[in-house]
Amino acid sequence: MTKILVLAEHDNNSLSSATLSVIKAAEMLGDDIDLILTTSNISSLETEILTLSSINKVHVFEDKIFENEIAENIVDCLIAVSDDYDFFLASSSTSGKNIMPRFAGLMDIQQISEVIEIVDGSTFKKPIYAGACIATVKTEQSKNVLTIRTTSFDKTTADGGSPEFIKQDIPTKNSNKPTFVKNELTVSDRPELTSADIVVSGGRGMQNSDNFKLLDGIATKLNAAIGASRAAVDSGFAPNDYQVGQTGKSVAPNLYVAVGISGAIQHLAGMKDSKTIVAINKDEEAPIFKVADYGLVADLFEALPELESKL
Amino acid sequence: MKILIPIKRVNDYNVKVRPNQANTDVDLSNVKMAVNPFCEIALEEAIRLKEAGKATEIIAVSVGDEKNQEQLRTALALGADRAILVKTDESLQPLDVSKVLVKVFERELPNLVIMGKVGIDGDHNQTGQMFSALTNLPQITFASKVELNGDSIEVTREIDGGLETLSSNLPAVITTDLRLNEPRYASLPNIMKAKRKPLEEFTVEELGVEVKNTITTLKVESPPEREEGVKVDNVDDLVDKLKNEVKVI
Ligand SMILES: Cc1cc2nc3c(=O)[nH]c(=O)nc-3n(C[C@H](O)[C@H](O)[C@H](O)COP(=O)(O)OP(=O)(O)OC[C@H]3O[C@@H](n4cnc5c(N)ncnc54)[C@H](O)[C@@H]3O)c2cc1C
Repeated sequence: MTKILVLAEHDNNSLSSATLSVIKAAEMLGDDIDLILTTSNISSLETEILTLSSINKVHVFEDKIFENEIAENIVDCLIAVSDDYDFFLASSSTSGKNIMPRFAGLMDIQQISEVIEIVDGSTFKKPIYAGACIATVKTEQSKNVLTIRTTSFDKTTADGGSPEFIKQDIPTKNSNKPTFVKNELTVSDRPELTSADIVVSGGRGMQNSDNFKLLDGIATKLNAAIGASRAAVDSGFAPNDYQVGQTGKSVAPNLYVAVGISGAIQHLAGMKDSKTIVAINKDEEAPIFKVADYGLVADLFEALPELESKL
Repeated sequence: MKILIPIKRVNDYNVKVRPNQANTDVDLSNVKMAVNPFCEIALEEAIRLKEAGKATEIIAVSVGDEKNQEQLRTALALGADRAILVKTDESLQPLDVSKVLVKVFERELPNLVIMGKVGIDGDHNQTGQMFSALTNLPQITFASKVELNGDSIEVTREIDGGLETLSSNLPAVITTDLRLNEPRYASLPNIMKAKRKPLEEFTVEELGVEVKNTITTLKVESPPEREEGVKVDNVDDLVDKLKNEVKVI
C-alpha cells in the first residue's frame, strides 16, 4: 500500500494553509498519510493538527533548533523517518523549495516540482517555461518527492481526526550548515497572499511607493491581499514577498485585479489561474487584457479613487 | 578565493516557448538561446566580488551539448576567467546535473559556488539544493544580498514571509534570486578577448557520472487558453459586472 509523508509547514504558531492543500494532493495518491512536524513548540500546533481527518501519524521533532528554518536540520529529520514511505510531499513555497530538493538529493531521488495535477500514482502534470507549456511526466522511481503547487488543489477537510503523535529523537548529524542571523518578516492584517479570495496587485504603472498606497483602501474594502509585479518590487514600491509570478508567488483567487501591470509572461505565470481577472491599464494594447475577463482602459490615478469610492 | 559558477543554456526569457507538433516536447528549433537569467546574476555577483578584491578566480561550468560553448563564451566575456564544458547529448535532470557539478567541484575545490535558484525552462528549482546536499556544504538559497568577510559569508534570502539572513563558513553554496544585482552587458573588446580564454571540455562519462534520467516526459501541451474577456466602459460598469455578473464582490 502506498505510504505518503507530508511535511507540515508552519510558523511555530499555526499551520500554513498550503499544507492543507498538500494533504489534499496526498489523498489522491493513497489513504495512508502521515505528517512530519519539526517545531520549537508543538503546543499551539497540536490542536490544529488534531482536526486533520486524513492524517494517521504525526512524527514530532520538537527542539529549539527548529525555531528558524535551517534546511539541513529539517532534512535530517526527514531522512530519519524516510524508510517506510513511497512519497514525500511539501508545497512549492520557499520552504518546500528550500528543503525538499536537498532531501531528494540525499535520497538519490529526482524530485518533481510544482505538481498541478496527479494523473495517477506515477504520472503528474507540471508547468514548464513560465507556464507557457504543461508537461505530463512519468516517474520510474519507487520513492518520489513532489512539491505541490497549492493553488491547483483544494484544502483537505479539517473537521476532526485522531492522528497519533509519535515523539522522535532529534538526529544529531554533524552537518556543515549555516546559522540564523535575523529575519525581517512583513507584518500585515490582510489575508495571506497565496490563500486570499481577492488579490489587488500593482505594477510599475503605480510610479512610486506613495502611489502604491492607492491600492490600500480598495484592498481593505474588498478584504483583499495586496500583490505586485516584479517591476514594482524591484523599484521598491512593495516588499519582495508581494511578488506574484514565475519567481514570486502563485495565486489563484476568485478575483485578481491587476493595476498598471503590462502582463509579461513571467507575471501571468503566477496569476492566470485566477477565476476572474480584472485589468486596469491605460494602454489598450497591454497583453494583460488578453487574459482579463474585464478590462478597463483608463488612467489608474483616476480609476482607483473612483473605484474605492464605489465599492 | 576561487568561485565556481554553473551556467545553464536556456531560451531567451522574452521568447514564448511552445509545444512541438507531436506534443512530445517543447519546440526550440528557432528559439533564441541565452544564459539563464539567474545564472547571469550568479556570475555578476562573482565578478563584483573579484572587482572588490575578494575573489581571485571565476570558473564557469556548463553541462550539455556542444552549443553550450556559446553561453560559456558569454560568461567569459562578462568576466569569468576560464570555463569548463561537461558534454552530453542527453538532456539531464537536476539530480544528474548536480552529480556532474560535484565532480567538477572535487577537481577545482572552489571556496564558493554561486548558482541560479532556478532555470527558467524546466522551473525545477532543485540543482543548487541537491548539489549542496551531495557536497555537504552549507546551503543558502534565494539570495538577495551577499556579504563576504574573510572566510565567512552573510546572506539575505527572499522567503515567502519577507527576508531572512543566514551566515555561514566557506566553502558554501548560494543560489541567487532576482534582486541580488543587475547583471552587466559584455563589451565588444571583452567578447573578443573571451575567444582566447581557456575552455576545457570533458564528457559526463569521463567524469564518471552515470546518468539516470528517471523521469520521462510523456506529453507537452499548451495550457488551456483563457477566453478573452470584454472591455468595460467605466468604473461603474466594472463594479456592476463584478457585483452582478460574476458576483465576486
Ligand atoms: C527570470 C525572470 C523572472 C521574472 N519573474 C517575474 C515575476 O515573478 N513576476 C513579475 O511580475 N515579473 C517577473 N519578471 C519580469 C517581467 O518580465 C516584467 O518585466 C514585469 O512583470 C513587468 O512589470 P510591470 O507589468 O509592472 O511593468 P511594465 O511592463 O513596465 O508595465 C507597466 C504597465 O503600467 C501601465 N501604466 C503606466 N502608467 C499607467 C497609468 N497611469 N494608468 C494605467 N496604467 C498605466 C503601462 O501601460 C504598462 O502596461 C521576470 C523576468 C525575468 C527575466
